[in-house]
Amino acid sequence: MSGLATTDVAASLGDREVLSSVNFSAKPGEVVGLIGPNGVGKTTLLRILSGLLIPERGTVTLDDIPLATIPRAQRAKRIAYLPADAPVHWPLRVDRLVALGRIPHAGLWQPIDHTNTPTIDSAMKRTDVAHLAHRVISTLSSGERARVLIARALAVEPDVLLADEPVSSLDPYHQLQVMEMLQDVADDDRIVVAVLHDLTLAARFCDRIALIADGRIAHDGQPDVVLTSDVVQDAYGVETVTASTSAGEFVVPWRRMDSGSRST
Amino acid sequence: MTPQSVTPKRGEHIPHTGMSTATLLTGLSAVVLALFVASLMTGHVSLPLIKTLIATFDDDPGMLGLILLEIRLPRALLAVIVGGSLGFAGAALQGLLRNPLADPGVIGVSSSAGLGAVLVIYFGLAAGSDLAVPIAAMAGAAAAVSLLLGLAGRDAGPLTLILAGVAVNAFAGALISLALNLAPSPYAVIEAVFWLLGSLADRSFTHVWIALPLTVLGWLLLATAARPLDALSLGEDVARSLGFNLTRVRGQIVLGAACCVGAGVAVSGAIGFVGLVVPHLLRPLVGHEPGRLLIASGLGGAALLLAADMAARLLPVTHELRLGVVTALIGAPFFLHLIVRTRRTLV
Repeated sequence: MSGLATTDVAASLGDREVLSSVNFSAKPGEVVGLIGPNGVGKTTLLRILSGLLIPERGTVTLDDIPLATIPRAQRAKRIAYLPADAPVHWPLRVDRLVALGRIPHAGLWQPIDHTNTPTIDSAMKRTDVAHLAHRVISTLSSGERARVLIARALAVEPDVLLADEPVSSLDPYHQLQVMEMLQDVADDDRIVVAVLHDLTLAARFCDRIALIADGRIAHDGQPDVVLTSDVVQDAYGVETVTASTSAGEFVVPWRRMDSGSRST
Repeated sequence: MTPQSVTPKRGEHIPHTGMSTATLLTGLSAVVLALFVASLMTGHVSLPLIKTLIATFDDDPGMLGLILLEIRLPRALLAVIVGGSLGFAGAALQGLLRNPLADPGVIGVSSSAGLGAVLVIYFGLAAGSDLAVPIAAMAGAAAAVSLLLGLAGRDAGPLTLILAGVAVNAFAGALISLALNLAPSPYAVIEAVFWLLGSLADRSFTHVWIALPLTVLGWLLLATAARPLDALSLGEDVARSLGFNLTRVRGQIVLGAACCVGAGVAVSGAIGFVGLVVPHLLRPLVGHEPGRLLIASGLGGAALLLAADMAARLLPVTHELRLGVVTALIGAPFFLHLIVRTRRTLV
């Protein structure tokens, strides 16, 4: 089977077992939303999928080849990882920062700039940061900065894009733009896995939703199957309302279940 | 935020790029070359350069030719080697540790090399051979690196590396103090302290040949780390996802810095602030990119040390000033100035 898959994967952070038995898969052409409450292991799973974290148990395969046996350089060309709140340690210029995404494809001494790599310009256009190309990253707003970092990941032109909370600091316009862009990337027969907290965006733009709970994938399926009021109430501990809109029905978190009994 | 995007036109004025790498490196090379020639002409005896150069090709180069070949030339070459190493290693360590305050002194290499030298002087072995002090200094540097890699462990983060470096530094400093405290004669103390202050006076080609092999090895190790240093700008996870084995990158940079700085300290004594100030000074000219900074910073270090060494020779004081004293006197206030000026752009 082509695609990214984990079999019976387990991982711990410190003494705490975060993931106990995760069976997850994603196929080319689909945007998979990874959802679940804070601390449930979404980022851990994303790092395992990217090869950054070796699971204690279980296997990860890309196109049926164990991830651990794919050489680093090869893996870097095929899988791009976009962390949440990634640091930028130096005040780099935006286009130079985005160009770092081309490192896996460039020879050791081959200079990387937009004169030889049109990918850099197109990546910046796709996240609407082309007009910021000559600005310094430390002078941007957090939303602009987040889009620049997404452009860096896009510049890799990966087969698999793993994005940790890509829209959490964006305004509605750019949230929609980035979600559309993720769909575009998937339409090029690539795999997109994104950690999301906005359930409405997840419902609208993901082809599939995987909800993590108790160290495994508790629910996995099309958005309308997973994002029911029962599942959301159970997973997040919130009461929901169902909003009927001209575009369909959406489950919206409304109040905490224990809000009456606890003040904090 | 407007939805339209504007693509900047090619060739328009681009702020913050610094300049092109080729322009910058050519310019810095020219500065180094000019200072090198100036350094050959600077000293107690004034040399008419062209005439002396011609004389060196004779069978009997004469007094002036000997001064040029045997005294001035090795001194200028060592300034380039040692200064280049300090600048190079400072830039690489700042990139690796993503900390603009890192320099070769931070990882304890300089002080450990100093400890090796002081021990040799302490036990009176320095009189035996010109090679004794440099070899002991390199052994000290090597011990520091082994200890550092041992302390920091395989997957040490930048903070662990810095803390391990501080520990190595403090321990080497304590042992140097102990040696000075227990020194058998005041002359040994004076000799050791003067050596620790750093100097390029009275060096010969022997010193150049001692320092060169390890220096070149260190430069090669550091130069090939440009790309991973660029990737590290975005943090360790992203650097690893871009295909780099960070354990190897760390080992490569720490070893490279130890080789070239250890070899430098071995022939010149400890010279501070060059590795700290030069990368700071040049960083805006390379758009703050750690990879492009490496070679520029090496050239900058060479230029700064050539200039400082000339200043040490030219300043009208009874005793020639020690090079480490000159660099610290210029470096420390300048560094303060830089911090005040750039603190707003530090990320």
